[in-house]
Amino acid sequence: MLLWIILLTPLISFALISLLYLKRPACAACISIGTAVINAGLTVYAVAEGAINRAPTISGLSEGVMNHAPTAEGTMNRTPVITWLSVGDLHIEIGLLWDHLSQLMLLIVTCVGALIHIYSWGYMRGDPGKGRYFAFLSLFMFSMLGIVLAGNFVMMFIFWELVGLSSYLLIGFWFEKPNAVEAGKKAFIVNRIGDFGFMLGIILVWHIWGTVDFQALASNAGQLLSQHQTSDYFWIPLRLVALLLFCGAVGKSAQFPLHVWLPDAMEGPTPVSALIHAATMVAAGVYMLCRIFFLLSLSSTALTVIAWTGGITALLAALWAIAQDDIKRILACSTLSQLGYMVMAVGLMGPVPAMFHLSTHAFFKALLFLAAGSVIVALHHEQNIWRMGGLRSRMPWTCGALIVGLAALCGIPFFSGALSKDEILMLALRENKPLFAIAACTAFLTAFYMGRLFMVVFLGDARGEEAGRARENGPVMLIPLCILALCSVSWVWPTTLIDESLKFIGGFQRVHTSAGIHFLLVLIPFMGLAAAFGMYRNQRVDVLATLAPRLRNLLASRFCFDELYAAWVQRIQGAGAECLRLVDEWIVDRLCVKGVSLVILCSGNAFRCFQTGNLQTYVILLGFGLVGLIYWVLFR
Amino acid sequence: MIPLHHYLLVSAGLFILGIAGVLLRRNALIIYMSLEMILNASNLALVAFSRYNGDLNGQIFVFFIIAVAAAEVAVGLAIIVALFRLKQTTRVSDLTTLKL
Repeated sequence: MLLWIILLTPLISFALISLLYLKRPACAACISIGTAVINAGLTVYAVAEGAINRAPTISGLSEGVMNHAPTAEGTMNRTPVITWLSVGDLHIEIGLLWDHLSQLMLLIVTCVGALIHIYSWGYMRGDPGKGRYFAFLSLFMFSMLGIVLAGNFVMMFIFWELVGLSSYLLIGFWFEKPNAVEAGKKAFIVNRIGDFGFMLGIILVWHIWGTVDFQALASNAGQLLSQHQTSDYFWIPLRLVALLLFCGAVGKSAQFPLHVWLPDAMEGPTPVSALIHAATMVAAGVYMLCRIFFLLSLSSTALTVIAWTGGITALLAALWAIAQDDIKRILACSTLSQLGYMVMAVGLMGPVPAMFHLSTHAFFKALLFLAAGSVIVALHHEQNIWRMGGLRSRMPWTCGALIVGLAALCGIPFFSGALSKDEILMLALRENKPLFAIAACTAFLTAFYMGRLFMVVFLGDARGEEAGRARENGPVMLIPLCILALCSVSWVWPTTLIDESLKFIGGFQRVHTSAGIHFLLVLIPFMGLAAAFGMYRNQRVDVLATLAPRLRNLLASRFCFDELYAAWVQRIQGAGAECLRLVDEWIVDRLCVKGVSLVILCSGNAFRCFQTGNLQTYVILLGFGLVGLIYWVLFR
Repeated sequence: MIPLHHYLLVSAGLFILGIAGVLLRRNALIIYMSLEMILNASNLALVAFSRYNGDLNGQIFVFFIIAVAAAEVAVGLAIIVALFRLKQTTRVSDLTTLKL
């Protein structure tokens, strides 16, 4: 019952605001923020209660081998279930799932969500669309909680689309800006590509296992598989299913081929970027991968593809981040890169480190975005880092918060990022050496571009008029920053949390490596920061542009993926569309539609001759018809 | 004893006369009478077959046909009267309202 309340309150808030309070932003904000805070409280209560009652662990598998050990009743707690759809042997139930994985994710979503709701109050002050903003934010919270709590694939897919919708609405929130509208459309369309694969994957899952319920699948995916192995349609390779499901995550978590929407999504308000495009929605892809890890682990090919996709995304995005000038785009590329880490961890058989990094990342990346938002507000929506500078003394709190977030992101010891990132790096070292090299490079680059950002924005002299007049923001924006900063320090994340509570997939052993590797992992971020310090200290223009202008342009355009895709759409798809248009115009329109109507028209005209209105003509015709019929019946 | 084919020839003659009447006459009343003639031609054939085969099924048929024809006459004549009241004519060539 509590879970249903947690799920449905944001929906009620959305309905209330959009029906009654759109014109009264203060009321709308109060409702939305209140709901978010209450939800966070309820979630903490529910999780704490579950922890006291020793919530059962999810059914498990260790090291990719299915073991059906904990499949007893109540391995996943489910709230009362409503059968929503029953077609043939497909039964879709609206049921909520309550295990360690969803608990963890729910905590992240509601806590970060509540803080960002509060922050939005300050960020959106004076915006004419404030009521609409909070309505959409509530809608997003509802959809996101739906994904987290969904008990089966179909329900998850429904909410999956809903977060896509709310993301679209919020990216295009300032719809008078053409860029924002374009970015919203781009995000929506690119996500659709991934979602299409996800949908095909869901259909195949149902086809192979006959159910879409996570619990049923988790407990006996292997058994059902062996039953079906003899049947006729077991020609669908498992890796296809796993990769199609992964497509959904590629779209939502903006992985390599479909990453293009995330940097553009920064056109939305900064709290939205923090909540949706850094902390929660883009992490939903990783969450989904962890949720269905038992399926992915059935195919080692799929896992390899996943790991390499993540690794490539991580490295490329970190490279792009070096040359971006927009503060939010730097952070967006960084998000891409960190998501790549998580996906890579999943691919390396480590959903536990992936989820752990997701948790820490949600907090410190939200912190970074909110700090960036604070800077942006203070500079009256100036986002170019080269027109900032010298903000350290003018905005000490924001600066402090950003330093904490930066340290966590780079993985400096005693900050949360170090725990989870090192976990992933050590996993990579054990499983796949090339990927470890990529991940280590990425870690170095991460420290480098974050060092650049800090150096350019906060140190040196003010390079713009706005930067010279910047003032620190009010407490409504600083308090969430401080709380998030607290959550980015490592002692908030006790190692027991990793060892005990995060064993939701079961049987995961923490990787232990030698002291030398540890030393290297600690050293990497410092090397990156030092390099950035050497390069960007007291620079007034981008030093990379003078050193290697062509490299910089290539990186700044993010390897021209946008242009490549645009060319693809215009040339290849455009030509295909032109062919289809011709087919439509000549074959469908002219031949089928107009041809059929012409035949009917002509035959109608011919048959009109028979209708004289004279009774006796009809009788003759009837007689001939009858004779013909009799002849046909008797003599054929 | 008159052989069967005589009856059948008379019946066929009546039938052809009836058909010709239905097709060629212009007056609805005459057409109606011709229609009755077609029915009676079939009655005659049925009775003839009944006698020839020595069972009464055909005659029972005939009774039914006569009963139905009587009912039909009542309805049909009423229609023709109503038609005449409406149009002041019983010529079928004038009654072409079936054509739009």
